[in-house]
Amino acid sequence: MLADFFILMKAELVITLLIFTLLFLKIGNKEWRNESLLNIINLLLFINLLSGFFIAKEGTLFGDMFRTNELLRFEKNMLNLGILIISLQSYHWLKQHKHVPEFYMLLLSTLLGMFFMISANNILMFYLALELSTIPLAALCNFDLHKKIASEAAFKMSISSAFSSGLLLFGISLLYGTTGSLNFAEISSQLNGSPLQLFSFILLLSGFTFKISAVPFHLWTADVYEGSPVAVTSYLSVISKAAILFVLVSVLYNVFQPLGSNWYNMLFVLSVLTMIIGNLFALRQQNMKRFLAFSSIAQVGFILIGITGQSAEGSASVIYFVLVYLFSNLGAFGVVALVSSLAGKENIDDYKGFYTHNKLLSWVLAISLFSLAGIPPTAGFFGKFFLLLAGAAKGNYILITIAALNMVISLYYYLRIIKAMFMDENKNPVEKINAGLQPKLALAICMIGIIVTGLISGAYNYIYSLVK
Amino acid sequence: MNEIPISHILFVSTALFFIGMYGLFTRRNMITMLMAIELILNSVNINFVVFNKYLYPDKLDGIFFTIFIIAIAAAEAAVAIAIIINLYRNHQSIDVEEAEEMKF
Repeated sequence: MLADFFILMKAELVITLLIFTLLFLKIGNKEWRNESLLNIINLLLFINLLSGFFIAKEGTLFGDMFRTNELLRFEKNMLNLGILIISLQSYHWLKQHKHVPEFYMLLLSTLLGMFFMISANNILMFYLALELSTIPLAALCNFDLHKKIASEAAFKMSISSAFSSGLLLFGISLLYGTTGSLNFAEISSQLNGSPLQLFSFILLLSGFTFKISAVPFHLWTADVYEGSPVAVTSYLSVISKAAILFVLVSVLYNVFQPLGSNWYNMLFVLSVLTMIIGNLFALRQQNMKRFLAFSSIAQVGFILIGITGQSAEGSASVIYFVLVYLFSNLGAFGVVALVSSLAGKENIDDYKGFYTHNKLLSWVLAISLFSLAGIPPTAGFFGKFFLLLAGAAKGNYILITIAALNMVISLYYYLRIIKAMFMDENKNPVEKINAGLQPKLALAICMIGIIVTGLISGAYNYIYSLVK
Repeated sequence: MNEIPISHILFVSTALFFIGMYGLFTRRNMITMLMAIELILNSVNINFVVFNKYLYPDKLDGIFFTIFIIAIAAAEAAVAIAIIINLYRNHQSIDVEEAEEMKF
């Protein structure tokens, strides 16, 4: 019985152990050098990633509040991999920072929240985990304490996430009033589409769309991404978004299946708006982080198409796309983090002539952007292909046509960066950047991920078999 | 003795929710915005307690949820106020209009 408890909650317990290790490192007497501390933490994160692949079991805990299975374990492994890549990438930024253990404590507590959120089987558990994963993130956004822009970003993050969880909570309270239960399965069996339930569902969905930054609720995204340190930006745009998307898919597919015809139309409108507005705003951005923020908004629009599929293919295609998106976006953010921390430049104009001194990094950024745009040999193409395929199964070809047109628009602004790097003249381009071992390793993982998940069809089939 | 009907209490909580939302959108002082968010959370608390007492009195799910919301609201306020203090050090003001480094 006790052994069951440890095996089922293994991922969460390992993260908790890591947090406490960091705490003891911090309050201990020994003064650690930042370099050795960072190497130890990276090693620990690698062990954490490996531990996810061994000894697994399916089951529930705490009176059905917590559940775990193969699919959830796979999703948690993805997040573990992502946090390892981000940690390796932010090596140069953290090396000069005074508060390394605090950074990782906050980062790992949000990861713990996301793990509990993915595993939640009860709406109370889900809410607590959601707050655990957002409150420390607001503090993380403010990690460069003396920067004006960082404190502004953190304030926007904390207020908008508090407001969105207020909306979510009001929806949950009405849902509790109409169904009389907090358990996902019991809620699902009580749903009948009464107006009050529909209202509560709209509030819940708006809370979710706030967190994944779909369009009517996207305005905080760009400011928060621009103001935060690059490591936190990449964490926000990949890991936290991925976790919320996993939960959104499972909540929509398992709990709100009885209201399927209602939320199909809502997601249709949301995804069209998200794609168009995300793309149009991405066209006119000058700051690299802001540009990637809007491009990630546009990607969420495509993901919503996959969710409208309402089938096992829909769920599998979303998870597969998130895997691909993790590699390609972290590849792009890795280069941006290097340029930002070592050359101090963040604007798109600074990337003109980037190829003259940094041939390898230019290629890495170019391949990542190609993958984000969905050009065939890279994995991004297959990710988008499966998303559209899942959406097309419903027979709504208007949505698919709009998506295809938007892919053309998105190609324009991704190619603009590639053109700036390879073709544009610049009198003083970015100097040769000496990346160092850790960031290079992270970029290598991303590149391998982009190529391998695209070329080997086993990845999608594996996810599909897990979903079924 | 007559009980207050559930619709009255739900009216109060919904009104409180929208007052909080209105306050959040119109106030320019950051601390007042935080107070507006507390109003929203308290309206949710009222909802949970009322539903629990009137509709499902045999299980205490709603009451427990309320206790958790109160605790989390405190945590949220603590982090938000820390952020506001730091923002005051950088900007010398807690007016939202002053925090406008980033725009479209």
